[in-house]
Amino acid sequence: MNQTQAFHRRIDAALHDDQLRRNFRSALTGIQAKRETQFPDDRQLQALREQARMVRANALVKQPELLEQLEARLTGNGIQVHWAETPQQANTIIGDILRAAGARSVVKGKSMVSEETELNHYLEQLGVEVIESDLGEFIIQLAQEPPSHIVAPAIHKNRREVAELFHRFYPDIPYTEDIDQLTQSARLILREKFAAADAGISGVNFAVAETGTLCLVENEGNGRLSTTAPRLHIAITGVEKVVEKLSDVPPLLEILTKSATGQPITTYFNMISRPRQPGELDGPEAVHLVLLDNGRSRIRVDEELLDTLRCIRCGTCINYCPVYVQLGGHAYGTVYPGPIGIALEPQRIGIDKVGTLTSACTMCGACGEVCPVKIPLPKLINRLRAEAVNEQRTTTPLLGRGSLRKPGEATIWKLWQQLYAHPRLYRLFTLAATRLRWLTPRKLGGWTRYRSAPRPAPRSLRELAIREGFGHG
Amino acid sequence: MGSARDNILGRLRANRPHAVPAPAVYTKPLGWDRERCIAEFMTRMHAVRGEVHRVARDDWTAWLSRELPPRGMLRGLIGRGAVAEQFAAAAADEFTLTRYDHAIDDWKDVLFRDIDFSVTGTLAGLAESGSLVLWPSQDEPRLMSLVPPLHIALLDAGRLFENFAALLAAEEWSARMPTNALLVSGPSKTADIEQTLAYGIHGPKALIVLILD
Repeated sequence: MNQTQAFHRRIDAALHDDQLRRNFRSALTGIQAKRETQFPDDRQLQALREQARMVRANALVKQPELLEQLEARLTGNGIQVHWAETPQQANTIIGDILRAAGARSVVKGKSMVSEETELNHYLEQLGVEVIESDLGEFIIQLAQEPPSHIVAPAIHKNRREVAELFHRFYPDIPYTEDIDQLTQSARLILREKFAAADAGISGVNFAVAETGTLCLVENEGNGRLSTTAPRLHIAITGVEKVVEKLSDVPPLLEILTKSATGQPITTYFNMISRPRQPGELDGPEAVHLVLLDNGRSRIRVDEELLDTLRCIRCGTCINYCPVYVQLGGHAYGTVYPGPIGIALEPQRIGIDKVGTLTSACTMCGACGEVCPVKIPLPKLINRLRAEAVNEQRTTTPLLGRGSLRKPGEATIWKLWQQLYAHPRLYRLFTLAATRLRWLTPRKLGGWTRYRSAPRPAPRSLRELAIREGFGHG
Repeated sequence: MGSARDNILGRLRANRPHAVPAPAVYTKPLGWDRERCIAEFMTRMHAVRGEVHRVARDDWTAWLSRELPPRGMLRGLIGRGAVAEQFAAAAADEFTLTRYDHAIDDWKDVLFRDIDFSVTGTLAGLAESGSLVLWPSQDEPRLMSLVPPLHIALLDAGRLFENFAALLAAEEWSARMPTNALLVSGPSKTADIEQTLAYGIHGPKALIVLILD
């Protein structure tokens, strides 16, 4: 089965799951409404977006220097920095740190980068107990599913499905579908884990080069607990998350929380600059940062595509995508779903592997309008569509460029181009198409799967116009 | 093949995009005076179920002695320093107080299980977002504001700033970042089940801010 067939099979499965589609529709409508209350003044929103765009663009231009500065500051602060080109390298680094520390149990805060490396799976193979502590991540870990949304990982589950999961794994807790009670159950289950865990693993929202500070945005307190209660903290993040200055943080924080969750700010904004210092009574004794590339540095080959890396992972493009709302996140089959996934994953993984994702876009433009760092997502997706069928099959500037080109399709477009460039040929064609309309094929690929085939009118518009006295014949 | 570090930095250097203008430092002046800041802070805190009370500077221990026992909040955690001494001196009879005066490693269970509330100071407050600014320290360690089910935070009425940008502009942090700095905006919460807000997930279930005039 090629990637397109596999994608269509996942799409079919998603579209036939009515419960799933109801769950997504209701959740996304709610998130959109909450976001919009945070931006009552469009001029202020646009100014804030421009500021956030500039902060991220500046950081990407200076990225190698900022990463070196970040490394120097963190090291000076006592935080150990590791570099990984591949998911395997990142996992090995983390596994080795845990082994050296004798750590057998880990509580994790939410990290999409750790989904890229399938870290949980790797650590479990090493015999390490890994508990996801974000409520949404905890739910899908029980269900053994990947996140379906980068901010709200269990968005595809409703309260009844969560209740059944809890009941299956924790039969001692009385069955309830009450969200407050389910939340309290999770609190009790996970508190014991926080108190007992040997190590905490977290992601990073912004890494500040100027001060050597790791910033984490969260509501639940699980991020703070994972990074404070165990004696060892390992953070993992993508190399693009670095920003230059501490003063870059307030605009990013404001637009991130307002865009992602419709809150003026999240409950906790956690800035970590050091491990536990002499005289301090808590906090991890050792802190590590793993900087993962995993295809990101390749994306810089091109100025236009570089915009992809401005992303601050708020998920707003996903929340506003008319295709995502129908399919949900799992149908994409990649770590990052929705518009940002369509733009990022083919570049990171290769068009030959996941380029067909670019077809899951209506070019409506909603994602580009709401993106807090003004990534021109529709433009990028369109560019990737063109690159996927490029005449040249190359690996630069894009892995798998030209790999989705089909000779038949290319010939048809070439013919179309000739037809539209030559008026006589065009007239001949419309004459043939109208007079021989009964020859139109009944099956036209994907179009006629759900629709009847179109049939040309008996007379062309041009002929009708001339008959009505328009035009010059 | 060099090290991962050299390879990554090498690729980044080999493909350098055109320079872009550096962003100006972000400011968002709102023109709020002290009373407006306090009012906005209270509105925002209330919106996320944070409890806020204005109390005379010398009355906060009495306020806690009066308000906490009826709520069943009797086992308190205090740190070291002025706040802890004041509370211990005034309220030791009503409460069972634990002092956070030695490293957490051998009494984590007690902290997670046997404490009802903690009392800490704060560095500042942010009016626009309704946030407390905390710099945990040797005297008031990081877990104090995180593990107990109720966190009581004292906020000096003169230490409210309009927003985070205003605070950073007024009190240059970049050369003196502490081990951990925090913005705390309400009790812990989640919306991971059906996007429905539920309070008290992993951090404190309740937050009481006493604004001291």
